Amino acid sequence: MNPVPLARWQFALTTIFHWLFVPLTLGLSLFIALVQTWYVRTGNEKYKQIARFFGPLLLLNFAMGVVTGIVQEFHFGLNWSEYSRFMGDIFGAPLAIEALLAFYLESTFLAVWYFGWDRLSKKAHLATAWLAALGTNISAYWILTANSFMQHPRGYTLQGGRALMADFFALITNPNIPFQFTHVLSGGLALAGFVVMAFAAWYLLKGREKELFGVAFRWGARFALIGSLLVGIIGHFQGQFVLQAQPMKMAAAEALWETEQPASFVVFAIPNERARTNALAIRIPYLLSFLSYNNFTARVEGLKDLEKAAVAQYGPGQYIPPVAVNFYAFRIMVLAGLLMIGLAALAVAAKRPESRPGLLKVLLWAPILPYLAGTAGWIVAEVGRWPWIVYGLLRIEDAISPNVSAGNIIFSLVILTGLYAVLSVLAFRLALKHGAQEAVGQAAEAY
Amino acid sequence: MDLNTLWFILITILFAGFFVLEGFDYGVGMLLPFLGKKDEERRIILNTIGPVWDSNEVWMITAGGAMFAAFPQVYATLFSGAYVALILMLVGLILRGVGFEFRSRSPSPRWRNTWDWLLFIGSLVPALLWGAVVGNLMRGLAIDARMTYWGGLLPLLNPFALWAGLTFVALFVMHGANFLALRASGEVEQRAKAVAFRAWIAAVILTVVFVVWAFFATDILTKPGVNGLVPAVLAAVALLLVGYFLRQGRFGWAFAMGALTFVLATVMVFAGLYPRILISTLNPAYSLTIYNASSSPYTLRVMTIVALVFVPIVLAYLAWTYKVFSDRVTGKKVIY
Repeated sequence: MNPVPLARWQFALTTIFHWLFVPLTLGLSLFIALVQTWYVRTGNEKYKQIARFFGPLLLLNFAMGVVTGIVQEFHFGLNWSEYSRFMGDIFGAPLAIEALLAFYLESTFLAVWYFGWDRLSKKAHLATAWLAALGTNISAYWILTANSFMQHPRGYTLQGGRALMADFFALITNPNIPFQFTHVLSGGLALAGFVVMAFAAWYLLKGREKELFGVAFRWGARFALIGSLLVGIIGHFQGQFVLQAQPMKMAAAEALWETEQPASFVVFAIPNERARTNALAIRIPYLLSFLSYNNFTARVEGLKDLEKAAVAQYGPGQYIPPVAVNFYAFRIMVLAGLLMIGLAALAVAAKRPESRPGLLKVLLWAPILPYLAGTAGWIVAEVGRWPWIVYGLLRIEDAISPNVSAGNIIFSLVILTGLYAVLSVLAFRLALKHGAQEAVGQAAEAY
Repeated sequence: MDLNTLWFILITILFAGFFVLEGFDYGVGMLLPFLGKKDEERRIILNTIGPVWDSNEVWMITAGGAMFAAFPQVYATLFSGAYVALILMLVGLILRGVGFEFRSRSPSPRWRNTWDWLLFIGSLVPALLWGAVVGNLMRGLAIDARMTYWGGLLPLLNPFALWAGLTFVALFVMHGANFLALRASGEVEQRAKAVAFRAWIAAVILTVVFVVWAFFATDILTKPGVNGLVPAVLAAVALLLVGYFLRQGRFGWAFAMGALTFVLATVMVFAGLYPRILISTLNPAYSLTIYNASSSPYTLRVMTIVALVFVPIVLAYLAWTYKVFSDRVTGKKVIY
């Protein structure tokens, strides 16, 4: 049995699980720090109660993010040892820096924040909230620095079959980072906004703690709107960048088989990878040219021509990534993003949300959208890089551990995904249970 | 001193910090179901490490990250070679990590009891496996000319490595009991004080056999040049002092001597390895050393600057945290 697909499935599934928990910690840690700042500035206990209410939720997510994150750190050596040998000189550095700069900061100050309400002065305690949020978001920067190199290698030389770091500054200012980092960050803000709104909607629908959760709702709505707008706008420019850096990825995401000028945008289609065509395509003329180059008549390269160019550059081989997966994932991401903007706008516009039960009921379920969008976005980013694990430098099949058998991977795949599935269900139920506390004061004090 | 040696020392320090700090965490986790008879007592036990266990675990993550950055070949060889063992360790770490958060979120006794035992397993398994990993590092692995170990799990479960695992477990239990003697209160504190001495006796017996065995089965204590003999003797003295201070009822000193034992034992292992990191049993020339397994001089320079700037900052706020949470945990102060 070929271990490569197994190793890929394991990495994909464990990363998707990991990413169910991380983005909420990015946004929610900032949300809590900001709400608590308002508490310290105004002295209004309501803000303190909101911050404390969402604290256990943050910790639960954080714990899940940490344990699934350790698996990812080990993963590069476990299943991708040849990748680690090839890339270690470059890739290990941001990982180690992430641990040193971010993990200590967030784990230490999140714990001090959670356990320290009565031990520190108001301002010192607020500082711990901000330091935890800072650590969490710095961590995203470093891991995306590492990922950016895989997407768009910069600042390296090749020597003795290994990629060596030639310029640390070029590594950490990779032009891919500003797009990817801000895209991920604003996605985290939007997710936090929707999660906060969902909890608030539950209370408002029950008619409990109306005043408190009215405030939480309005904050959540603003977070959701700002985050959703930013993630969409940044995503648009990121797409234009990726079109330059990895044209094959964007062509697959658009299922653009033939080069077109002007290029039409495929709203929906069923890509057929054998026949290399799309069935049932619904198209909007000129739109893809405009989205790609801000010019209605620009030429956009299709998959077939890009394949010819890749063969000319890298030699014979397969270069077209899985088109259907990319195409559908990209559409799910964009559609979810547009719905998020619409819903968040409605939520912000609702002056008296407690009298809008229809909207509140929709918002109870709305966090599904940012979760879907985040997962689909990473699928495009990672699957769209196929056949490369490091774009243009190292192929996926050359990167796996030669000494780890398919049997071993099946063993770990079953154990890890089984465990993750059980834990995710438990975490989700605990989070809902937390939301359904009898009294909010109790929710904050009881543990 | 070249940068390769500097990073070897830095990784030694990170592992020493990891064993000292996670050592008592693992020990507390292993003692949890036994020293806590009632729910409140178990919550006291969990809350002694509640504010620190996560940042303690970061020492392991940082040690792994530093290994990846400075000696990527070691990271690749060790992690792919010990695949199944490390997967099991990860399962333990996952259960442990979520256990702290999950346990308190439901009052059901069955739920809590289940998680207490999962926390026990999640502390025991990594302790045992880390010991086994260290044992195998000392003995060496069948690494071939391409820096790859093909042997799978079974050769890693040799008697010497398993003994090392048991030794780690006993030392961690002792360390955890000493910590609880300092931080817990009431019945738990009394039971911890009683257990600490018994754990010390077990740790001494296991350690003495382990060191004698290592003397004959490995070259860690005997190889010419830098070796682990002096730190081993000092570690033995520190470990004996743990028992002395326990008899005297001076638990702070007992804990400090336990921590010192871990530091010296880590130094013993790494000094005995130096300049090798992974010993090949097939051919000494196949061993991974701080030179043939390292990153480029440029990367080591960059990482050195980063470490020199940020390690002191991290140490400062970690020390501050321990100061903020230095008082005893009583039933009134439990959060978990």
